[in-house]
Amino acid sequence: MRRRINMTVGLLLVSMLFVLMLVSLFYTPYEPNAMRIADRLSGPSASHWLGTDNFGRDLLSRSMVGTQTAFLVGAASVAIGAAGGLLVGSLAGYAGKWADELLMRATDALLAFPGILLALLLVSVFRPSLLQTILAIGILFVPSFARVVRSGVLQQREADYVRAVRAFGAGHVNVLFVQILPNIASSIITTAALSFSTAILIEAALSYLGLGVQPPDPSWGRMLNESQTYLSAAPWFTLAPGVLITISVLGFNLLSDGIRDARDVRA
Amino acid sequence: MNYYFRRLFTLALTVVLVLILTFSVFRVIPGDPALAILGVEASQEQIEMLSEKLGTDRPMAVQLLEWFRGAATLDLGTSLRYSEPVSDLIASRLPVTLILALESVAIVIAFSIPLGIAAARRPGKAADLAVSVLTQLGLAVPSFWMGILLLLLFGLTLNWVPVSTYVGWDENPWLALRSTFLPAAALAIPQIAIVVRYLRTSLLEQLNLDYVRTARSKGLGDRAVLYGHALRNSLLPVATVIGIQFGELLAGSLVIEQVFSLPGFGSLLISAIGNRDYPLVQGLVLFIAASVIVVNFLVDLSYRWLDPKIKLR
Amino acid sequence: MVGAKPSGGETVLEVRDLRLELSAKDGARLPVLEEVSLKVGRGEIVGIVGESGCGKSVLSLSVLGLLPPSIRVAGGGIYNGERKELHRLGEKSLQRIRGKEIAMIFQDPMTSLNPGMTVGKQVAEAIRLHTGASKREAEEKTVGLFRKVGLPRPETLYHEYPHRLSGGMRQRVMIAMAVSCQPDLLIADEPTTALDVTIQAQILKLMKTLREEDGTSILLISHDLGLISGVCDRIAVMYAGRIVEEGAAAEVLRHPAHPYTAGLLASLALPSKKGTRLHSIPGSVPALRERGPGCAFASRCPYAADRCLAEKPALRGVAGSAFPRSAACHLLGEEGGLANVGS
Repeated sequence: MRRRINMTVGLLLVSMLFVLMLVSLFYTPYEPNAMRIADRLSGPSASHWLGTDNFGRDLLSRSMVGTQTAFLVGAASVAIGAAGGLLVGSLAGYAGKWADELLMRATDALLAFPGILLALLLVSVFRPSLLQTILAIGILFVPSFARVVRSGVLQQREADYVRAVRAFGAGHVNVLFVQILPNIASSIITTAALSFSTAILIEAALSYLGLGVQPPDPSWGRMLNESQTYLSAAPWFTLAPGVLITISVLGFNLLSDGIRDARDVRA
Repeated sequence: MNYYFRRLFTLALTVVLVLILTFSVFRVIPGDPALAILGVEASQEQIEMLSEKLGTDRPMAVQLLEWFRGAATLDLGTSLRYSEPVSDLIASRLPVTLILALESVAIVIAFSIPLGIAAARRPGKAADLAVSVLTQLGLAVPSFWMGILLLLLFGLTLNWVPVSTYVGWDENPWLALRSTFLPAAALAIPQIAIVVRYLRTSLLEQLNLDYVRTARSKGLGDRAVLYGHALRNSLLPVATVIGIQFGELLAGSLVIEQVFSLPGFGSLLISAIGNRDYPLVQGLVLFIAASVIVVNFLVDLSYRWLDPKIKLR
Repeated sequence: MVGAKPSGGETVLEVRDLRLELSAKDGARLPVLEEVSLKVGRGEIVGIVGESGCGKSVLSLSVLGLLPPSIRVAGGGIYNGERKELHRLGEKSLQRIRGKEIAMIFQDPMTSLNPGMTVGKQVAEAIRLHTGASKREAEEKTVGLFRKVGLPRPETLYHEYPHRLSGGMRQRVMIAMAVSCQPDLLIADEPTTALDVTIQAQILKLMKTLREEDGTSILLISHDLGLISGVCDRIAVMYAGRIVEEGAAAEVLRHPAHPYTAGLLASLALPSKKGTRLHSIPGSVPALRERGPGCAFASRCPYAADRCLAEKPALRGVAGSAFPRSAACHLLGEEGGLANVGS
């Protein structure tokens, strides 16, 4: 019962955001960066549903466009993390012995870093930008994907059918993609969904600190930063981006829980 | 003994890897670090001076050895911006961040235990469902936005706490406590959610064990069984989770300090990153990461020591 | 015995026509126990024997009101020595009886003790709860009990955690805990199953000693007929939620009246039967949903007739026995019963 609720609500929230993002690609009530000083810091009204910011920009339009950044950062960093994890994990799993030990200790060391600290260290190297935010967050995810892939490789490596396939001359890479990956697909998807929500949280935090996505790219985190100056004058300013971050994270967390639950039932 | 030895070895190895990581991050930048700091308009002379100051004019291996030696003797170099030893800067900001994190731990303990018990007492019933919805929300709300909301509600609307006026602990502990309560609470909320989930699972697991039936067969009531037997045993693993969260709280405070303008590690690190003050960034990140690793190590050790079941294993 | 008034004084426990029902997930109500009647007299050791899944453990848990929420008393009753209706008591009143009047020992001493509390404290807790003794008094009494149940170095042992003790020692601790408040009745649910053979004998001997010294009645539950035959005064054999045979231990063992008892006896590895092939009852106890209108044992019974499949045999007196005994088998209607068919 509870299991299905996780999955259903998660899917519902995520697809809602996805639709919002698709819509924002083609239509927003106002041009998100259009400034109208006359309208600055006006509260929610019929013309501006969520009010306007300190430059008179429409908050609904800006929040909608923010979904694009959130999905882009989430998808790209998860892709980087998964690709890196696949490489590191399969290398560790196949190489065995000391190479495995070294790689796993290295992932341990990375995992010992609290996420945001590692992200801050990585973004401090280059000038802040969307690309560097994605890279930093993506690197952050490599260890957890690597662990999933490695355990999958170790589990399946000894399994009879893999040996049988190898006997027919299939290479490591072939075995990895044809035999192993399908078997650990659900763990990877669970990790991906969870990483997606983590990516959104960290991107928001970095952008809030001014070290993430830079203008003119839209970002909920930076909107929160801007809103804080006008907290007493325009309390609505902080609501839309905050609520959207919460919904996205909630949606992907629930989705991750739901997938995991579904797998546990089958097992 | 073997276990402790192995654990100590992994600890050392992890610290070394962290040292290498913090060292190499600023050396992999294409080109001269000094150039990256000063920008293209800098004169050759300026760049050479800075290179000497940073030590980047020497061979990489020497630099790495220097970095190791410095870390061992708590000499993390000199800040470019403040012209002060990095370790002194860390020491001056430590109290704010440390106490913020400790206050959060206290809040986590105070709220998560009653909530976890409420959820586990009648699994699947109203209280359990309410707690599960709250924990999902607690995990989803970014703590810095929670901080902004708390600030809006308690600071600006209700005027219960001073807004953005940090008072040092040495000046007025009571005011200091009040001015850090909101950030500590914002920081604690996601961690409360994690602990509640953990405690609920752990408690339900314990309540299903045979010894609980024995305790009931002695004539103990539900409360005595819960508080005297099951809770005690489920708190041990939960305590380690709280211990491990200390690192997360330290890191989380980096962001939350910005929301409340607290002069801790957060503002130091953010401004250091903005100023390209590499020695300071490097030293500060190393310090925080090393503290997290050491705290986790100590938590693990104390768990081994406290848990009578695995004492001998 | 069926339908008799509960008599006080010499009886410490009477179970009368007890029926327990399990509420299944699909809403079905399945009978776990049916028409179970049993009496335990003061100072008596009564054994309950049967394969796992017969309802022995559920019976013992129902006495203390420790049934899982899915199982409830649906008929009959459970009475203590003072003819209190235990099955109608509220949780608070039951708590005053548990451990004080009726105590229990469980199967697995490895998991039945709280791993996070010293064994001494776990015993002292029961004493303090029921006698209001001070911490010191309870500790002294616990140490005395440890000595009584044959635990070495009782003073040091008091402060040990369970993981430091062997299985046999833990079961002694469990016994010390159970007898700490001088209960009228001790229910031991497979107390030796998890232990080594040599330790099994020691634990049974200890329980016998406790009966001799304190006059504690014991309800001994086991799947091993051979093991408890030497200890019990009377034996009740359970099958599929019913008592199928009951009587003095020696009588039941010598002349089993029910084919199931005979089967259990035949499957024993007794020294006297050395060299002969070990017999085992074919099949297994039918699941709750598979129980039909007839005798539950019919599917496995070598003597089953058409009547056995259609009609449930009632428990009734066995003729020609020196002590009162009864069995539930249609074969008994014929003169001589099993004794005739069997040979």
